Amino acid sequence: MALTVVVLSVMVAAALWSVVTLTMLRAAIGLALVSVLLAVVLFTMGATLAAVFELSVGAGLIPVLFVSVVSLTRRQQQEERPMVRRIYFRRFWPLPLVLLAAGIALTFVHLPIAVAPPVQEGGPRAIFWVSRRLDLFGQVLIVVAGALGIVVLFKEGPK
Amino acid sequence: MAYAFLILPFFALILVNLMPRRLRAPIAFGLTLALFLAQTAAALVVLLSGVGGLAPAAAVAAPISPGPGIEGLLGFHLHLDLWSLLAILSAGVVGAGVLPVGWSTMQDEGRRLIFASLLLINLMGINGVALATDLFSLYVFIEVVSVSTYILIAMGGEGDAIEGAFKYLVLSGVATVLLLAGIALLILSEGDLSFASLARAAGKGGGLGRLGVILFAAGLLTKGGFVPFHWWVPDAYTGAPTAVSALMAGIATKASGTFGIVRVALALSQGGGAMREALIGVGILSIVVGAFAGLAQRDTKRMLAYSSVSQVGYIVAGLAAGNLLGLLGAALHFFAHAVCTSQLFGNVASVERATGSSGLDRTGGLGKGMPVTAGTSVLASLSIAGLPPLSGFWSKLLVVIALWQTGHQGYAVTAVVASLLTLAYFIGWHRRTFWTKPDAAVRPAVEGGAALLVPVIALSVVNVGIGLGSPFIIGLFVR
Repeated sequence: MALTVVVLSVMVAAALWSVVTLTMLRAAIGLALVSVLLAVVLFTMGATLAAVFELSVGAGLIPVLFVSVVSLTRRQQQEERPMVRRIYFRRFWPLPLVLLAAGIALTFVHLPIAVAPPVQEGGPRAIFWVSRRLDLFGQVLIVVAGALGIVVLFKEGPK
Repeated sequence: MAYAFLILPFFALILVNLMPRRLRAPIAFGLTLALFLAQTAAALVVLLSGVGGLAPAAAVAAPISPGPGIEGLLGFHLHLDLWSLLAILSAGVVGAGVLPVGWSTMQDEGRRLIFASLLLINLMGINGVALATDLFSLYVFIEVVSVSTYILIAMGGEGDAIEGAFKYLVLSGVATVLLLAGIALLILSEGDLSFASLARAAGKGGGLGRLGVILFAAGLLTKGGFVPFHWWVPDAYTGAPTAVSALMAGIATKASGTFGIVRVALALSQGGGAMREALIGVGILSIVVGAFAGLAQRDTKRMLAYSSVSQVGYIVAGLAAGNLLGLLGAALHFFAHAVCTSQLFGNVASVERATGSSGLDRTGGLGKGMPVTAGTSVLASLSIAGLPPLSGFWSKLLVVIALWQTGHQGYAVTAVVASLLTLAYFIGWHRRTFWTKPDAAVRPAVEGGAALLVPVIALSVVNVGIGLGSPFIIGLFVR
C-alpha cells in the first residue's frame, strides 16, 4: 500500500512535469516515466500481462515515436519562449491543486465493491483470442483507419 | 444474416485497396454504393419481418451465436434487435447519400479511394455499435466510428478542418476516459458488462454501480454532442468537408453517442427514476439551447450543427420518457433526422459549389437557378421543424405526447415552442439563400449535377414516404 502511494505520487508529479515543461523531449521522457511507474503499479496489483504491455508499448514504443517526431521539428525561437511560458503557467497552475484536493477527498471514500471481478477461464490468452474476438475485429479496424489517416494527412501534396 | 453487416464491408475494404490502379476508382465507388444500398434493403426486409419490439424486454434478447463457415471462424456473438436494425438502416441510407456527394466534391483519385475506404470502416463501426453484445464491445466500436471520423474531418485539409478534427479528438478523449471509468465501475459493482448490468446498477445497484452508469452516460452524451458537452459539434461540422458533415450529423455522431444512450435509457426505464429524469432534462436542455443557438448563426453548416444538437434532444427526451409512444417517437426521429439532416448538408454542398460559400451573408437569390436544391431543402427543413405530413412531424408529435403522458407537461410545451424556433431559423435561411432577389452583377447559380442532385432527391422521397407511411408504421406498434 505504502509503495503504491509513493509510486502513484511520483507518477502524478511526472505527468504534471510533462504538461508544464516547455521542451518536447522532456515531456516525452516524463510520459515514459509515467508508463514505467504505471507498469510497477500494475505488477504490484497482479496484472502481469497488462504491466508487460504497458512497459513495452507505453514506456518503449510510444516514447520512441515521440522522440522521432521531436527530432523532425525545429527548435523554438528565443523570442517565442517567454510568451509561451506565461500562457503555460496561467493555464495549468490549478492542476496540482485540483489533484491534491481530489487525492485528499478520495482517502475518505470507501468504494463499496459488491462482487469480485470475474475470472476468465483460460487466462488472458482466452480473453484475447476467444471471448473478446469481436473487440479484436474492432481493433483491427482502428489500426487500418489510423494507417489510412497517416496516408491521407501526411502525404505531401503537389508542389 | 447479422454477420454479413460486418463481413461484407470488410471484404469490400480489402477488395477496394487491392484492385489494379486503373480499376480502383470505379470499383471503389460502385462497390461501396452497392453495399450501402444492399444494407438498406436487407435491414428494411428484416425490420418489416419483425424482430422483437422497441421495449426493454426485446432489447435484452439472447445474443446470436455464430453459424458454420466464416461465422464459425470469426467466432463472436452478436446482438440484433429493432434498435440495431434502425441504426443499420440509417447507416445504409445516409451512406448511400453521402458517398456520391463526397465523391463529386473531391478531385484527387487517391483521396476519393481513401474517402471510400474510411466510409466502409465507419460503416463497420456503426454496424458494430448496433450489433455489440456488451458495453465493452460497444465502446470499441464507438472508437472505430470516432477514429475514422477524425480522419474524415481532417481530410478537409484547411485550418478549420484540422481545428474541428482536433476539438473532436480532445472531447472524444475526455469521453473515452468517462466511458472506461464507467465500465470499470460497472464491472466492479455488477461483475459483468452485459446491457442487463446497466439496468441492475441503475435499479438496485449501490452507489458504485450508479456512479458507473452516470460516468458511462456522460461519456456517451459527450460523444453524441448533447448540451452541455456540445461545444465541439459546430466546429467539427463546419470544418469538415460537407459530405463528412452530412455523415456525422446523419449517423456517425448518433452511432457514437445517441445509440449508446438508447441502451442506457432502456436500462433506466426498468428503474433508476432520478437518472431517467436527469436524462429527460439533458434532452430538453439540448432542444432549447440548440434551437436558440441555431437562430443566431450566420453560416448554414453551423446552423445545421446546432439544429442537430437540438434534434437529438428530442430522441433522448422520448427515450427517457420510456413509454411506448416515447420509444416509438425516438426511433422515428432517429431515422427521420438522419435522412433530413444529411439531405440538408447535401443541399449545402450544392450551394457551396455554386457560390463557393456556406455563409448566409454571401449567398442569395439561388432559388431560380437551383430549383431542385431549393425545393428539396424546403421539404427537409419543414420535416425537421415538425410540420405535417412529413416524417419529423410524426416523430415529434409522439415524443411530445409521451412527455405529456408521463407527467412532463412543461417539457412537452417547451419541445413544441423549440420546434417553432427551428421553423424560424429555417425560414430565415431559405429566405436569404434562395428567395431574395439575385444580384444582377453575380453570375447566375446553377445546379451541381447528378452526383449532388440524385442523393438529395432520393432522401426527399424517403422523407415524404416515411411521413405519409407513418400512420401505418405507428399502427404496427400501437394497437
